Amino acid sequence: MDEPLLIRDRTAIVGVGHTEYAKSIDRSEKRLALEAILAALADAGIAPYEVDGLSSYTLETTDETEIARNLGLGDLTWFSQVGYGGGAGCGVVGQAAMAVATGQCRVAVAWRSRKRGAASARPWAGVAERVKGNHQWTRPFGLLRPVDEIAMLTRRYMHDHGATRPQLGAVAVTVRRHANRNPDAMMHAKTLTLEQYLDARWVSEPLCLFDNCLESDGAAAVVITGTDRARDLPGPPVLIHGFAQAVPRQHQVMTNYFCDDPLLGPSHACASLLWRHAAFGPGDVDVAQLYDAFSPLVPLSLEGYGFCGRGEGASFGEGDRLAFDGPGRIGGGLPVNTSGGGMSEAYLHGFNLIVEGVRQMRGTSRSQVPGATTCLVTSGEGVPTSALLLRSDDR
Amino acid sequence: MSGEARQPVTGMLLPAADDEDAAAFWRWCAAGELRVQQCAACGALRFPPRPLCPHCRAFDHDWARLSGRGTVWSWVVAHPPLLAAYAEQAPYNVVVVTSDDDPAIRFVGNIVESPGDRLDHVDPHRIAIGDPVEVVFEPVEDGLALPRWRRRTT
Ligand SMILES: [Zn+2]
Repeated sequence: MDEPLLIRDRTAIVGVGHTEYAKSIDRSEKRLALEAILAALADAGIAPYEVDGLSSYTLETTDETEIARNLGLGDLTWFSQVGYGGGAGCGVVGQAAMAVATGQCRVAVAWRSRKRGAASARPWAGVAERVKGNHQWTRPFGLLRPVDEIAMLTRRYMHDHGATRPQLGAVAVTVRRHANRNPDAMMHAKTLTLEQYLDARWVSEPLCLFDNCLESDGAAAVVITGTDRARDLPGPPVLIHGFAQAVPRQHQVMTNYFCDDPLLGPSHACASLLWRHAAFGPGDVDVAQLYDAFSPLVPLSLEGYGFCGRGEGASFGEGDRLAFDGPGRIGGGLPVNTSGGGMSEAYLHGFNLIVEGVRQMRGTSRSQVPGATTCLVTSGEGVPTSALLLRSDDR
Repeated sequence: MSGEARQPVTGMLLPAADDEDAAAFWRWCAAGELRVQQCAACGALRFPPRPLCPHCRAFDHDWARLSGRGTVWSWVVAHPPLLAAYAEQAPYNVVVVTSDDDPAIRFVGNIVESPGDRLDHVDPHRIAIGDPVEVVFEPVEDGLALPRWRRRTT
């Protein structure tokens, strides 16, 4: 059989940058993207004219040509976009890594810029009175928002596995505590107790306000080069060890009720490829940034990526086992979303999770896991998804 | 069903029913029948409607009538912020029902007592996973009816 050309460790993230995160920023999505990319290039020590690859979400409202013309980039020889909203993030970076590893470009920039007022920001906002496509099977009945769609899966998950609201609350409370330590986080100054979580208003039962991610404006970007080039740059390279994407069989985006096992999310298929090509397994991951548009996605991802068995994800987080300063891997836990994640740092369709993964591998997180050298980053569960394995350079 | 006139809530979303497979499903609903595609080659049922059987790749299909009986697979209670027409009826239930004819067939809908009920007519907290239900059809305009669900005792 043909041996695949693995991208394992052949590319690295060499720069990260982001704007401030806030409920409303009075600058355009285009401008925010440019600011974040400039910051990432400065962090990398790479001049804009060296960039020859661009990677973004299909949600993005700024074309590659606009990015290139504004930044004064050189000739672009590779550019691509990944679909499915929050499922795209790791795919945007992973596909850029593939392009660099195969010589289609030498310096790639991946980014996400988001303004809530923008048309792309809220997929359910612009709905017409007539609903087309797969939404016609759900929206006329009042299943209108992503939170309703995930709440439906959550109720069944709680029923099948005995998961509880305090277990979901533990996710929200832990990532909030991480955000309280991160001055860039929107929730830096706002604490959250389990009691407040349990008293919060409902949004879509069984999910309450604090089971939801934030509404954020802001942008973040990363720079990817080949590993040899990365080692000549001023900062420490963060190696892209593995990358996978997945659309599981018979999957329907967000409303995945029409298959044999609706709770078997896309993370399972994504994990299968990710671990097959990795030199280490789930037991060797020191810290994870798990896509958290809604709190139940964290236990589902813990299960999908093999940190516990099916149905065990909710209890996995008990006893502070998701905290950066909790029992850690030795104590049966896994620190997650150490910047506060989508629920408490900012919601940029998961892109800030990648930035925090890089910080952990550089040792610069505000909630640094001591000695962490491997990090899993995941994108949306419940949609066609993607994941990255990052590791620090031990050379 | 009582004969009392109900005040319809305006501004609710309706299916476009504009692709050929979906249009047939909605036509059957308007006729008061719950039907899903059945592969003419291998006999497998499928929903939502689509052109090709994923099991045997046959395009030919019939529309098989289901018993209309099902079981609640999951449910939510939606609270605002919501589109105005739905916010007005919130909090209301939305359910996923598994067909008793084929566990691979599920529908999203609402538990009502009678077709035409507001979405908040039934106390959502009396709904439970496993509840037996049966389909009822609610005419919403000429040639279009939405399948909703009411609890059954048998
Ligand atoms: Zn067939």
